[in-house]
Amino acid sequence: MSRRLQPDSTERINRQKPLRFTFNGKNYRGYEGDTLASALLANDVHLLGRSFKYHRPRGIVAAGAEEPNSMVQLARGAETEPNIRATQISLFEGLEAASVNVWPNVEYDISAVNGLFAKIFTAGFYNKTFMWPKSFWMKLYEPVIRRAAGWGKAPTTSDPDIYDHMHVHADVMIVGAGPSGLSAALQAGRAGARVILVDEQAELGGSLLGLKREIDGKASGDWIEAAAKELQGIPEVTVLTRSTAFGYYDQNYLCVLEQKTDHLPLAERKGRVRQRVWHVRAKNVILATGAHERPLVFADNDRPGVMLAGAVQTYVNRYGVLPGKRMVLFTNNDGAYEAALDMQAAGAQIAAIIDCREDASGPLVQTATDAGIKILQGHAITGVKGTKRAKAVEVRRIQKGAKVFTSAAQEIDCDLVAMSGGWSPVVHLFSQSQGKLEYIEEKACFVPGSPVQKQIFAGSINASFGLQACLKEGAKAGAEAAKDAGFEGEGSASFKVQEPAEGSIEPFWIVPGGRPIGEGPAKHFVDFQNDSTAADIELATREGFESVEHIKRYTLTGFGTDQGKTSNINALAILSGILDKPIPKVGTTTFRPPYTPVSYGALAGRNLKDWSDPIRLTSIHDWHVEAGAEFENVGQWKRPWYYPKAGEDMQASLNRECRAVRQSVGVLDASTLGKIDIRGKDAAEFLNRIYTNAWSKLGVGRVRYGLMCHEDGMVFDDGTTARLAEDRFLMTTTSGNAAIVLDWLEEYLQTEWPELEVYCTSVTEQWTTVSIAGPKSRELLKKIAPDMDLSNDAFPFMSFQEGDVAGLQARVFRISFTGELSYEINVPWTSGKALWEAVMEAGAEFDITPYGTESMHVLRAEKGFIIVGQETDGTTTPQDLGMDWIVSKKKPDFIGKRSYTREDTAREDRKQLVGLLTENPAEILPEGAQLVFDKEAAVPMPMVGHVTSSYYSATLGRSIALALVKGGHGKQGGTVYAPLKNRTLTAEIVDPVFYDKEGEKLNG
Amino acid sequence: MLNIECPWCGERHETEFHYGGEAHIARPESPEALSDEEWADFLFMRKNSKGLFFERWCHSNGCRRWFNVARNTVTHEIVAVYKMGEKPPSLVKGGKS
Repeated sequence: MSRRLQPDSTERINRQKPLRFTFNGKNYRGYEGDTLASALLANDVHLLGRSFKYHRPRGIVAAGAEEPNSMVQLARGAETEPNIRATQISLFEGLEAASVNVWPNVEYDISAVNGLFAKIFTAGFYNKTFMWPKSFWMKLYEPVIRRAAGWGKAPTTSDPDIYDHMHVHADVMIVGAGPSGLSAALQAGRAGARVILVDEQAELGGSLLGLKREIDGKASGDWIEAAAKELQGIPEVTVLTRSTAFGYYDQNYLCVLEQKTDHLPLAERKGRVRQRVWHVRAKNVILATGAHERPLVFADNDRPGVMLAGAVQTYVNRYGVLPGKRMVLFTNNDGAYEAALDMQAAGAQIAAIIDCREDASGPLVQTATDAGIKILQGHAITGVKGTKRAKAVEVRRIQKGAKVFTSAAQEIDCDLVAMSGGWSPVVHLFSQSQGKLEYIEEKACFVPGSPVQKQIFAGSINASFGLQACLKEGAKAGAEAAKDAGFEGEGSASFKVQEPAEGSIEPFWIVPGGRPIGEGPAKHFVDFQNDSTAADIELATREGFESVEHIKRYTLTGFGTDQGKTSNINALAILSGILDKPIPKVGTTTFRPPYTPVSYGALAGRNLKDWSDPIRLTSIHDWHVEAGAEFENVGQWKRPWYYPKAGEDMQASLNRECRAVRQSVGVLDASTLGKIDIRGKDAAEFLNRIYTNAWSKLGVGRVRYGLMCHEDGMVFDDGTTARLAEDRFLMTTTSGNAAIVLDWLEEYLQTEWPELEVYCTSVTEQWTTVSIAGPKSRELLKKIAPDMDLSNDAFPFMSFQEGDVAGLQARVFRISFTGELSYEINVPWTSGKALWEAVMEAGAEFDITPYGTESMHVLRAEKGFIIVGQETDGTTTPQDLGMDWIVSKKKPDFIGKRSYTREDTAREDRKQLVGLLTENPAEILPEGAQLVFDKEAAVPMPMVGHVTSSYYSATLGRSIALALVKGGHGKQGGTVYAPLKNRTLTAEIVDPVFYDKEGEKLNG
Repeated sequence: MLNIECPWCGERHETEFHYGGEAHIARPESPEALSDEEWADFLFMRKNSKGLFFERWCHSNGCRRWFNVARNTVTHEIVAVYKMGEKPPSLVKGGKS
């Protein structure tokens, strides 16, 4: 049954473009320009879904972003999107939508029995009802509640769409393109300012699109089109429709979600950016966000067919849809009378206007009287008949201030109830910007208080609800904002407007029931989306909740995707009544971003997968890939983890790689180690202060290992540093910490010791480092560096030489992380692969074996060498690591020194680094395993430390582990236990150096 | 998201910077001369001001220079930006009046 009206000049639908769509599997038709909501109403579909807790039938209430009820599941498969408001979905050809929160379907919903158990679903019911027994929560209550409560279904595959981000600056950012915003944009744009105008709707005009008005002798629709055209012609003006400003942050930073393809048929969206998040930084912001109409709170006010009066008007005027044939209007203000007049003009019957005021007499009231509409003043709707669609209302005479009604009811048949409790300015963005609200008694609403950033408010957000006022305020705001940004234009503008007088409003926060609030069975819904009623608020106060923030959390009022757009003010006004406190004293809850939901895809933009973080590759990377290496991420680097040969598992590969290093020669790409060039006359002094050991006496050409601590004495990085010249050092850092160490050095140079003449430069990516390790490494190096004297005297451990290696200018360091004789050959990055290939070729006769980070870890653990971040965790001192030898006793001061004697760091029973050998050599302790001394202790067992590194050592033919154990240094030979899930492992505490304790190999 | 004026590069987005905590906490000249309490005070104790706060920022993804900022922690208004080693400007408590 079509409810589409005859074409009218005010309508904004394109009757030349009919569109087909389905809802809950049924086929319908609508027009271009429709929303899903207007198209459904045109097909006389009011029932869209079921409510959150009680599964009550619900329909369309509003016509825009404030819609609390009509959330649907859109599309199917990967593109599916849950919980989209039907009022915000532009209709497109082939649209498929379905109800959410219904089973098996919206007409017959099984969970509707929840309504029969309403008593247990009151405020805080989760907390009260499902308390006991505890074990039932995870297994029974939670899964059942989750299935029954909840809304639509999240897609199960990854989002196939493309999203984008845009960063822009503006002189004037205008949020809302209703009459106020348009007027502001025209004024600011004409002055020459860079303007961004955003509006969430498909076209400009805002609420004016739903009204019949005249501006300067033109129909309002024509005025909007002329304004849009003019704005389009101003080069510095950017107009974004379908674009919601969802967040307003510090210093006029706003985020806007632009929906670029959501209104197109699926086939036309392929390959295009679906949504774009605009990051706008504006010199001035004009908030012209308008106002939302409030529902009235009466029994069964949630029945399908009960709608906001302004929404009814919008459906009639903008979409050419008659939402009902026989309407009752329930209002506390004059303005809503226009909805009845528009409905009447469109052919509907107005059964009655129920006005809760005793003495309504404004011009609109007069017009309605003249039009022959029955007006019942001092009356209220006290009940609605019909569950899936309103069929009649129960109307009673209401005494002012009465808590219960006493008069008899009359029943009025209808199929549509329009309600208006007055208007609430849309202050969400202002609140997000940290602004405080002020209450205006005579208009019964909150408006923005003083601006907190460079912001101006125009139109309905100021409770200036008339069109004339909106246009004027907009123009003034536009001129002011432009002027502030340095653009002088016309100061004001005047408009000739035809509109009805605004009239008056009398707050009427809750319609009394037969019994006081909270006592009767009647449901006066306050928050439709969260199914919270006036009784819930009353109950919450009875149970001791008085703060509006607590009430919100206990009753869920104002939660969810709705964020209380239609419910917040009613809720706190009812609360104010119960607490007998004035509304401003009760205060408002916090409005948080986003204003309406934003998809994760939009927030992520292009920062996905490989683009989520830079990937750093060494110059030899391609070779590793060809060699079949498995990679691991180290910071942003991809490092070869191990090089499995055909048929090898990881352990077999590690065993082979480790044996090669211990018996012949292995080669490692060590390019990722951080390298910092440090120079200046005070460089040595600087290192003295940064490292725990002394650097002044290190000779040129020599290398030293150093530990860095924070001021609190805890180790934060380590590495070797070479003295290249009297005033120049090359520091190496751990791969993941290179940037952090550089920042650390800079921080001290710039903030603590600016008198030191030292310059630090990151040279990590200037050098490729190829490390060869093993007894054959000297022989190998000799082959490719014949001119270098590699004898132990000329080139001892912890020194370096510069010279020719494989025809490349190289710097060779004799240092070792494996405990073997080892050389790290550095050549310019671009020659890295050439060097690697030369090494591989020369090493062929020694069966040279490339090894990855995992073998490196095993080899260094055999030597008891620490890895920062593995053996340390920010609470580990050098002494804890048994590295007192590297902490200078002579230097008067260095970073961390003072902290070693603090009471806590000097404790004997700190967790200290030890080696562990499992009783069963085949058992490998899990890294991270907690350790105890007494395996019989009662749970929770006193934990004395944890395993930091653990491997199978092919060299030793058994497992080895490093661990931090309380007082471990004095417990050598003792036993610890690692209680695991099904067994407990036993291990002996030993020295952390398992291999070549005397260091003969690396010195050899 | 703040806009911060780097004294060397000009106004930039907060994501280019990293935060360095409270400003004007000089590393003691002779840590060894301090009691444990005094040293702990230097190590751990920082103001948590509501209103005007002097703090350090580093333009880490830009010129990599450290500098000082006077910011109102309530409104996030940046009241002043000044270089390392400079004294904090005398400001009305709570920011510009």
